[in-house]
Amino acid sequence: MHGTLRAAIPERHLRTDRWWLPPAATAAGLLAFVVYSTWRAFSNADYYDAPYVSPFYSPCLAENCEPMRDGPNWALVGTWWGLSPAILILILPLGFRLTCYYYRKAYYRGFWASPPACAVPEPRQKYTGETRFPLIMQNIHRYFFYAAMLVASILTYDTVLAFRDEHYEWGHMGLGTVVFLANAVLLWMYTLSCHSCRHIVGGRLKHFSKHPVRYKLWGWVGKLNARHAKLAWYSLISVALADLYVYLLAIGAFDDPTIF
Amino acid sequence: MSYQAHFKVWRGDAEGGGLRDFTVEVNEGEVVLDIIHRLQATQAPDLAVRWNCKAGKCGSCSAEINGRPRLLCMTRMSVFEESETITVTPMRAFPVMRDLVTDVSFNYAKAREIPAFVPPAELGPGEYRMAQQDVERSQEFRKCIECFLCQDTCHVVRDFEENKAAFAGPRFLMRVAELDMHPLDAADEAGIDRKRTAQEEHGLGYCNITKCCTEVCPEGIRITDNALIPLKERAVDRKYDPLVWLGNKIRRRGQ
Repeated sequence: MHGTLRAAIPERHLRTDRWWLPPAATAAGLLAFVVYSTWRAFSNADYYDAPYVSPFYSPCLAENCEPMRDGPNWALVGTWWGLSPAILILILPLGFRLTCYYYRKAYYRGFWASPPACAVPEPRQKYTGETRFPLIMQNIHRYFFYAAMLVASILTYDTVLAFRDEHYEWGHMGLGTVVFLANAVLLWMYTLSCHSCRHIVGGRLKHFSKHPVRYKLWGWVGKLNARHAKLAWYSLISVALADLYVYLLAIGAFDDPTIF
Repeated sequence: MSYQAHFKVWRGDAEGGGLRDFTVEVNEGEVVLDIIHRLQATQAPDLAVRWNCKAGKCGSCSAEINGRPRLLCMTRMSVFEESETITVTPMRAFPVMRDLVTDVSFNYAKAREIPAFVPPAELGPGEYRMAQQDVERSQEFRKCIECFLCQDTCHVVRDFEENKAAFAGPRFLMRVAELDMHPLDAADEAGIDRKRTAQEEHGLGYCNITKCCTEVCPEGIRITDNALIPLKERAVDRKYDPLVWLGNKIRRRGQ
């Protein structure tokens, strides 16, 4: 690991703080989400309870989806798809989060120990970073950003539909509506705080003074971008909670409390 | 309020060395560099340490304290428990010269590899005019004091000596970003594509944005978010985004 001229320090690192805690907590949190979302995505059941549709199953792109009145039933892939329809759509938000600059830091540290923490050495002999396949594919993040905008728009549409009651009458609001609203807001904030978004709206410019509107937008996105890591976690939790809420309603664990 | 603190300080040179134990007086308000100076004055007159301003602005006294890359002059003793053993070692990523002094010439070699600011042909000295909003991004990077703590902590070179040839390190990738964002830099006209060379010649792809450079920066520069990631996005514009490429071809302009 060390060149011959470096200081001869036999200890691999000399950190005395609990440097292992943040990567361990990150790995545990991400693992919990992966386990939960895998179970829910493959279960292909209990994802709709009028008027709420689980964000994991929206839009529903196969024929084998539950019918949702005015809901996101867009059977683009037709009848041949026999697996859970969630898999079709989850590829997009999964790709967005996998290539996200924050999540990359989180899982490189938490799962790959590359590095586990600052000034704590990696447990491997060779490192090429994102210079070659497959990690060079991280460069397509902006395309997943465009897709994530589309998904966030559809989940916003679902949130509008959540202002109906179970008989599809408008003018209703339940606890589920609040959960969906919070989830949509957090998803938008996370999506718009993306580093690629910051680059696209203005970061790529050399002369802000010639593009005052884009400069303003870049400033706003920059403010959100400073909270990108927090928003990544908040929106991850909110999307899981929104799904869990629909699941609990669908299995009849409780009735959606009505606000009006 | 004074107390006796236990220190372990690395002493040696390129031939070898090790941690030596010291018990030394600490007074209220002192920083680690004060204690190293007291060691020089009372117990180890030949202890080598590089320092200058004692104000966190010259970037000379970079070292590692309890395993974390830090400036000796900006690390207050009050952050440690009185009973704690404080370990001070030279920066690990660079060759050691003696005791806490390292040979940081790797950084100067990397600095020379970055093409300098290219003056615009149509403007003479004294004719440069730039809007504040066009230069404020670069100004953040100009706060760099070149302490090289980011270079020291970056795992790409810290853990893999062989990557030094291919990787400029966060400080100098930030320099590329600074020049690429400079409103008057005429590199394009001179045939220098900073976005492309950031990746192809200065090793931007090695950076896996784990943000240790940002964590250790004593100037609080958001190296990863404001320099390295924007530079990665600019490299994507050049190399991996067919829409941007097509758009630029159609409109026949850069940015």
